Amino acid sequence: MTLTKSARSRRQYLRKLKSDAMVGLTVLATAIALVPLFLVLGYLASKGAASVNWNFFTKMPAPVGQSGGGMANAIVGTFELVGLACALGVPIGVAAGIYLAENRGGALAQAIRFSADVMMGVPTIVVGIFCYAIVVRPFGGFSTLAGAIALAVIMIPLVTRTAEEMILLVPHELREAALALGVPRWRTSLLIVARTAASGIATGVILAVARVAGETAPLLFTAFGNRFWSTSLFQPISSLTMQVYTYAISPFADWQRQAWAGALVLTAIVLALEIGVRWLTRGDAQVAR
Amino acid sequence: MPRVKTRDFGVRAVGDRVFNLTTLAMALMILALLGGLTVELFSHALPSIKAFGFGFLTSTDWDPTTDLYGALPFIYGTVVSSVLALIIAVPLALGVALCLSEMAPAWLSRKIGFLVELLAAIPSVVYGLWGIFVAGPWLRDHLDPLLAKTFCFLPLFQGPQVSVSMLTASVILAIMVLPYISAVCTDVFRAVPSSQREAALALGATKWEMVRIAVLPYGVSGIIGAIILGLGRALGETIAVAMVIGNSPQISASLFMPSATLASVIANEFVEATSALNLSALFELGLVLLVLGLGLNIAARLMVYGATQRRFQKPT
Repeated sequence: MTLTKSARSRRQYLRKLKSDAMVGLTVLATAIALVPLFLVLGYLASKGAASVNWNFFTKMPAPVGQSGGGMANAIVGTFELVGLACALGVPIGVAAGIYLAENRGGALAQAIRFSADVMMGVPTIVVGIFCYAIVVRPFGGFSTLAGAIALAVIMIPLVTRTAEEMILLVPHELREAALALGVPRWRTSLLIVARTAASGIATGVILAVARVAGETAPLLFTAFGNRFWSTSLFQPISSLTMQVYTYAISPFADWQRQAWAGALVLTAIVLALEIGVRWLTRGDAQVAR
Repeated sequence: MPRVKTRDFGVRAVGDRVFNLTTLAMALMILALLGGLTVELFSHALPSIKAFGFGFLTSTDWDPTTDLYGALPFIYGTVVSSVLALIIAVPLALGVALCLSEMAPAWLSRKIGFLVELLAAIPSVVYGLWGIFVAGPWLRDHLDPLLAKTFCFLPLFQGPQVSVSMLTASVILAIMVLPYISAVCTDVFRAVPSSQREAALALGATKWEMVRIAVLPYGVSGIIGAIILGLGRALGETIAVAMVIGNSPQISASLFMPSATLASVIANEFVEATSALNLSALFELGLVLLVLGLGLNIAARLMVYGATQRRFQKPT
């Protein structure tokens, strides 16, 4: 109040300036944060595209020293591992999600919800050695099954939490209407409520698939990798991620070139899933973190 | 017809019971998995725990040829690389979150938010590949000399400059955890009631003053939670780090030198473990990682719950 008019307007001006500067800084931070995205995608496109060709998709890995070859077995392996992981993890996750949504306030449900959230933070390599201990050792060797179980363990909490959130979005009146018509409780839960939430749950599952398709660490000691076709669930299997890893840290230029190609294909698959889902749901999709 | 009615009720009760028990069993599976993880890791780590005791955590020996194992170099590598990653990522993530929740118009915020989420979607092996061939050499040729020249008095930035180093790993980690931190912070900021903002603006606050007075204090526990969540991610990140950190079990003052983390040494040595004790020591490293991850996550989740659940208490 004791300030003169000019001093006050000067302070006003400084405050405005400071505010604009901070707004500018947040915009700058956003710009900086997005630089790596474009750099990574740019390098993938330029270095990877040069090595992606028909052979890459159809040929087997070439022996050391021979050029050429492809990643046919790794591409199929990725689909096999992820498919099997879904078959194991999705039913468990969805059922657990239904339980959490139907017993929202219960102490047990709360403990389980918290455990699921905490489990998302367990390092994936730890899941890998866990599955080594419970599957690989007892069954006597690395296998497709062990790899799929490891991926399923990572998927379960993600699917559970998304399924729960989606089921909770279903209006309560729908359930009441079904019950009032004399539909048994379990049929209401399954055929009315869960079915209404099905597209949301499917979205969550696809986002979880996109996440586990890019996992390497949990597969190293479970699926292990394989230079040949894997013909049974009890044999080791390769995946794009493991193949990219092996080739990237190898000293051979030809393998490194193929690593870029593999990374491009892997990223394309993962981003196609992410972008596709978001485009279909107009940006509403969100996987649990 | 009372008979039909009873039978009908019977079927119903059985159906409901089967359904309830099935969903309960699946939900309990989550508890079982979490418990199983801890128990399995502990029991496999037991020989190593018995052999080395608490000295395991403080010893710097890691020598499979003499069967002597100590975790300190890896704990050091994990903590330093993660903390450094957070120092880089947190200011940027806060900036992104504020920009998305407070500054940008809704349509733009959605588009940028989507791009930031894509950053989280890129597989870590791809970041590792990019780190080996692009980021690592670039940092060695451009950032390292600059840091060495500017901070030549700090031992952190002295010595030879290598492309696979603690610094490279931290930068790659920072890129990877940034989207997680910013996403959680954005949620936290969006949960701040708009009445808070309006009150600040009505008092004549500028945009930044509004953020400082109304948004940040309200979200403080959520922000800390988000940072801890990011720390948990950084500690456990394996493949990208294993590819760019150089995997050398040594503690060196310089950030330009190679190092190793708990996760990276497990990834590198697990399959080639030379003895039962070696394998057990690797399991113990995994146990340390699990305990760190669980502890951080429990703390972070509690804080984030507190910060984002407030919106449900808002009177409608």
